Amino acid sequence: MISVRNLHKRFGSQVVLNGVNLEIEPGKTTAVVGPSGVGKSVLLKLIMGIMSPDEGEVIIGGYNMTAARSERSKNEIRNALGVLFQSAALFDSLSIYDNIAFSLRERMGLSASKAHTRVLSMADALSLTPYLRNFPEQVSIGIRKRVGMARALISEPKVLLVDEPNTGLDPLDGQEVYDLINACKNQWGFTGLVISHELPEVFQVSDRVAMILNGEIIVEGSPAELSNSSDPAVQQFLNGRTDGPIKIQ
Amino acid sequence: MNIFDTIERFGRFLIYATERWGRSWIFLARSLVALARPPYRPYLYFTQLSQIGANSSIVIALIAVFTGAVLAVQGEYTLSKFGANAYTGPMVALSLIRELGPVLTALMVIGRAGSAVTAELGIMRITEQIDALRSMAVDPIKYLMAPRLLAGIIAMPLLCGLFNVIGILGGYIVAVGLLGLSAGTFMSQIEAAVDLVDITSGFIKAAVFGLIFGWVSCYKGYTCGFGAQGVNKATTQSVVTASVAVLIVDYFLTSVLTRVFMQ
Repeated sequence: MISVRNLHKRFGSQVVLNGVNLEIEPGKTTAVVGPSGVGKSVLLKLIMGIMSPDEGEVIIGGYNMTAARSERSKNEIRNALGVLFQSAALFDSLSIYDNIAFSLRERMGLSASKAHTRVLSMADALSLTPYLRNFPEQVSIGIRKRVGMARALISEPKVLLVDEPNTGLDPLDGQEVYDLINACKNQWGFTGLVISHELPEVFQVSDRVAMILNGEIIVEGSPAELSNSSDPAVQQFLNGRTDGPIKIQ
Repeated sequence: MNIFDTIERFGRFLIYATERWGRSWIFLARSLVALARPPYRPYLYFTQLSQIGANSSIVIALIAVFTGAVLAVQGEYTLSKFGANAYTGPMVALSLIRELGPVLTALMVIGRAGSAVTAELGIMRITEQIDALRSMAVDPIKYLMAPRLLAGIIAMPLLCGLFNVIGILGGYIVAVGLLGLSAGTFMSQIEAAVDLVDITSGFIKAAVFGLIFGWVSCYKGYTCGFGAQGVNKATTQSVVTASVAVLIVDYFLTSVLTRVFMQ
């Protein structure tokens, strides 16, 4: 469903991605893990097509995002995507109802009445009905993440991209987001890519895990394979040690 | 540091400045093209027209009444030295309609609404709201920039008209009410002196200043740097750049319009 091939990206003299390859099968969820600042979010932006790589390509559902030159052709590929951003990135000038309805109205051009039925149904599925009249700053970050998930899923995307699902959340809210991802996956059956630095928590939503370091994917496999990897960097990261090949920046 | 280092640094700066300048023109071109392309989303235009235009009207009216008043005091003082204080009305009206109306309106709108537009877009940039729009296949240039640009172009002449009317009223109150000029003389001299071309050139200037307002404030917000400091810097740059641009463009526009309308 998603193929990332030989992706290179640098900012000035700093190499962020140095030949990243990744394959995500339809219906499966892959987590890309690694310490902060290794280019996980850059990888996500390259997949979304809101940043251009120096080299390499991103194929989504058979369409080449990197070859799409105009914003219009990129948008056609983006129609297959739903994105849950790190801080939810809700539109703070819109109510929670309008945030959820946004892509139905603006992307799909649905009428208010058709959008209304789907918003209510999605709000009910994600227990957001009591908050629909609120604005994003009036609810907790946990609720905002749920709204972000509702906004991402309401247009029934084939691919869900999730950036750092439990940043800023306490352990209970963090677990709730993982439960939510699993529940939504069971209900809507999307292909998933989750960017995270939280191990082993992210394993519970992942079929595959890839660890990125120094611009390259150093290990890829099932969560069990990653846990049992003999790679010293993986073990250092898994065990949260400061000594080892990963240097704290 | 030798001469070659200096030349190299200057060359780098030149490339950087040219690139930024080029990007801002591409941004303007994309925004103007986006205005013409469907979907049109009229509610976004009305919202911006309200925020940039209607919400600025009180402050514009306040500035206008005192500008007209001070013009009347200064005009009457200067003209009375030549025994020509009957021309206080035309002096107030022409100064406002041809020059002060468009310029002061633009500077006030840039200070009030331009900073708000840049800060809003800057915060949307750093909180990934603009990325969210793109991820949902919604063009942020069309959704965010085009309505603000058009609202600036429409609102500025309207506010300028308001400024002129209230400014003349302020001049009338001072000249007639306090300085003892005849009301009939004040108004009839204005009627005799002000031509349609004066009003037209003032409105053309205001529309161009509206374009500068929308262009600079949106571009600075859209290309805002990281964090609170990035928003702070973008907002300051937006107000300074747009204000300076208005004053520079005003000179050239005045020269051109005066020549065109005099022919």
